[in-house]
Amino acid sequence: SNDVNKVIEINPYLLGTMSGSAADCQYWERLLAKECRLYRLRNNHRISVAAASKLLCNMMLGYKGMGLSVGSMVCGWDKEGPGLYYVDENGTRLSGRMFSTGCGNGYAYGVVDSGYREDMTVEEAYELGCRGIAHATHRDAYSGGVVNMYHMQEDGWIKVCKEDVSQLIHRYKEGMF
Amino acid sequence: MEYLIGIQGPDYVLVAADNVAASSIIQMKHDYDKMFKLSEKILLLCVGEAGDTVQFAEYIQKNVQLYKMRNGYELSPSAAANFTRKNLADYLRSRTPYHVNLLLAGYDESDGPGLFYMDYMASLAKAPFAAHGYGAFLTLSIMDRYYRPADLRNQVEEPSQRCLDLTIPAEL
Repeated sequence: SNDVNKVIEINPYLLGTMSGSAADCQYWERLLAKECRLYRLRNNHRISVAAASKLLCNMMLGYKGMGLSVGSMVCGWDKEGPGLYYVDENGTRLSGRMFSTGCGNGYAYGVVDSGYREDMTVEEAYELGCRGIAHATHRDAYSGGVVNMYHMQEDGWIKVCKEDVSQLIHRYKEGMF
Repeated sequence: MEYLIGIQGPDYVLVAADNVAASSIIQMKHDYDKMFKLSEKILLLCVGEAGDTVQFAEYIQKNVQLYKMRNGYELSPSAAANFTRKNLADYLRSRTPYHVNLLLAGYDESDGPGLFYMDYMASLAKAPFAAHGYGAFLTLSIMDRYYRPADLRNQVEEPSQRCLDLTIPAEL
């Protein structure tokens, strides 16, 4: 369908993105959400982003080589501040400030790496995020639908927008090749 | 491609690794740390298959730390290297071998500095200098040519700087 949400809302302070196999991502990230909830109940404080991403990473390692296909980013805000981790089916787990996943990821990297500045405003960052997805969708046959955009802040995430990519491309058309 | 180098000096071991975490043609991180501290005097450098590297290295790291907690004293670099190799060997002919290449650098109070080369086939060699990756094809000969078991600090750093000066532009 056209308006699939590829972002799972684990809790008000944790988000997970999904690329690869939809079934695998939904299953394992919902399982991650369950584990995060159990952690909160058992330990009386919210799980850190590092720990949550490591839980997912270890789930992947348990099935390594068996054909899972998961490329996800775990994003949250904890005691250490904002956190972003890339986790995939090989058990790769990387902490970083920007990642792009999925089969159109190269196209997104090109646009975002070129447009990124250290001193961007929040609105400029929203625009760059939309641009990355829109341009990747334009070139990649397997990408499409909508951009579901979330902003992770200190007191939790907010959903910024849900824009149809074809509308975005139409808006950007003047400045595009 | 991932590169590791190690050179032993008179009372120290110098090691270096590249900082790139790549997925096919994309550099996902340019500030990635491939060194794992096993103890105050032992460093493990690890490259290889995605997922295997961190999982294997952290497994060794935690076990070395556990040894210290249980026994009150640390594993020597040689013991740690042999423990690591044994794990590689045991997993090699299992369903889940670890495809990792390692350099272990350590300082032992009685034996002095030591550099241990290990690869995914569970080989282990104590060597005065070693390297992993395509860069090794360019730098091993430099070290063969210029390395001396030195008395002076400069004589080890100079060949290692030559190695890095050559590998970094060549691999770009």
